[in-house]
Amino acid sequence: MAVVFKKTQGLTDVQTHYCPGCTHGIIHRLVGEVLEELGVLGDSIGVAPVGCSVLAYKYFNCDMQEAAHGRAPACATGIKRVHPDKVVFTYQGDGDLASIGMAEIVHAAARGEKITTIFVNNAIYGMTGGQMAPTTLVGQKATTSPYGRDAALVGFPIRVSEMLSTLDGAVYVERVTVNTAANVRKAKAAIKKAFQAQINGEGFTMVEVLSTCPTNWGLHPVEALKWLEDNMIPYYPLGNFKNVDGEAK
Amino acid sequence: MAKVLMKGNEAVAKAAIEAGCKYFFGYPITPQNEIPEYMAREMPKVGGVFLQAESEVAAINMVYGAAGAGARVMTSSSSPGIALKQEGISYIAGAELPAVIVNMMRGGPGLGGIQPSQADYFMSTRGGGNGDYRHIVYAPATIQEAVDMTMEAFEVADYYRMPVMVVGDGMIGQMMEPVEFNPPAKRELQEKTWASVGTKGLRKPNVINSLYLEAQELEDHNIRLEKKYEEIIEKEARWEDYKIEDADIILVAYGTTARIAKNAAEDLRKEGIKAGVIRPMTLWPFPNKAFENLNCKALLTVEMSMGQMIEDVKTAVEFKLPVHFVGRVGGMIPEPVMIVDKAREIMGGVR
Amino acid sequence: MAKGKVYFDQDRCKGCELCTTACPVKIVVMDKTQINIKGYHPATVLEMDKCIGCANCATMCPDYVITVEREQ
Repeated sequence: MAVVFKKTQGLTDVQTHYCPGCTHGIIHRLVGEVLEELGVLGDSIGVAPVGCSVLAYKYFNCDMQEAAHGRAPACATGIKRVHPDKVVFTYQGDGDLASIGMAEIVHAAARGEKITTIFVNNAIYGMTGGQMAPTTLVGQKATTSPYGRDAALVGFPIRVSEMLSTLDGAVYVERVTVNTAANVRKAKAAIKKAFQAQINGEGFTMVEVLSTCPTNWGLHPVEALKWLEDNMIPYYPLGNFKNVDGEAK
Repeated sequence: MAKVLMKGNEAVAKAAIEAGCKYFFGYPITPQNEIPEYMAREMPKVGGVFLQAESEVAAINMVYGAAGAGARVMTSSSSPGIALKQEGISYIAGAELPAVIVNMMRGGPGLGGIQPSQADYFMSTRGGGNGDYRHIVYAPATIQEAVDMTMEAFEVADYYRMPVMVVGDGMIGQMMEPVEFNPPAKRELQEKTWASVGTKGLRKPNVINSLYLEAQELEDHNIRLEKKYEEIIEKEARWEDYKIEDADIILVAYGTTARIAKNAAEDLRKEGIKAGVIRPMTLWPFPNKAFENLNCKALLTVEMSMGQMIEDVKTAVEFKLPVHFVGRVGGMIPEPVMIVDKAREIMGGVR
Repeated sequence: MAKGKVYFDQDRCKGCELCTTACPVKIVVMDKTQINIKGYHPATVLEMDKCIGCANCATMCPDYVITVEREQ
């Protein structure tokens, strides 16, 4: 028998601190596998956010920088401008990217910065204990929307992929999820396309990954997958929003 | 090299490029816009990168990324924009990255005004960002000094692995004076083996980081930083003094204000009042040694602020001598006659 | 049907059960007779002869617990 699946070299052996069933673990693994398979692990520099994945710099087996909250795209811009031949990525949650970091991600995309952003959207703030996020759904309860998100008071969740895809500098934007093995494989394919587009020098690429937060949703990890399917996918449709194939911008 | 007449902002920008800075990230704000504009024109010519960021916050984080990736990198701004950068500066200090930050100071607080000021002394020397950290602050009084200090700032930043600030009262940015560009004293610099440049599969990953969740680790980190700062206090404080040996009253001022204070000291001497000047050239580390064993009767700090450096002067003389203050704010420029009147009043000889 | 074999690094397991949802032949279960070093019932397979080596379980696992072999 031959080994058909083993832990990727793209991740260190450090056991993650993530909660049981948290999809960060899956997504980390996909990024690690893609960088390894593309043969760019030794030329990769990642930028960790502030959020549950603040310790991502311990888990990815490549040079890493820890950025201030929301600033990862600016930090990555600095790195990529110094080392245009390296593969530079940011890994950010919904608070980091869509709240405090909204200016940085919009402008990195608008400038067509040749970086890849992995955007983990679980509709809540994980690390800080379950507060409302810009991506929290209407009616969804969070510790700072204890009566359920009221659109009349605090407006509507932001669909980041759709928004960024309007920018000419963004060349590949796709929304995926990881609630089934099949979807995990599709997510990996999207992540691979995103990094390949960066390697080809095309422009800004992003994969938004709908994810679970069992702990702060108050659900068993398996129930959380179901909640994602029933509630998040209808509001955040899966699919490709931008795919400017092959043209170096 | 023949001297060339240059505007302060442009001279500072050219100095950075001469010092090997290849990356500039900044944002427009009066009165320092000539710096990013010069960089926009000249960086491409030397194969460097100029990028106008979406904000001062973004710019300082681009500096963090580029510095972490091993580059010589600079940003510039003016007071309100420097306030925005404080988070990033704290991160740069905590991650021990080299970077140069130029502040052409304008009036505050808040949006303030666009005229010159020195009201960022506290923000610069007390560390406007969070946590225990320091960074060297150079305060040029002439454009030539601004050039020399900017060039040296890159050496010093690399040597100590820290952010280094060059603060000009807004006049330094806007004045024109003849300057020449001479390389600074070179320091023995280590190769940046800590930088995030890609492992090439040959080593463990480098991590650029200021987060230490284990309390003991964070304490150890802060103690290590403190040792670095102690070395800098010992070695890098810089000042100039002028006729202080026999002075009864010593004026203390930095930047262009010191030039005005020198004129006032001369005017006082003509009146028979023996005046001198101590001019700090580093605001941090503050040149405490300049204030040891003074024979004067009083000191008078002259600042374009409501009185910030005065606190360091009082500490430097260990409260053993009276320290007074005179100044103007809002962009009003102190005039020699105002300083002379105040000094005369302090010396008790009102005519 | 291809033959497969899966190995669980049981001390890495956090008992999240995502793997149990992914197995097409429904042989991945939580081992209620054991508690691992983290305090969870780790995932395991009792009917290994039914394993087809599809690696769905490993694909779903957030903690890189599972290694999969398959007959070529």
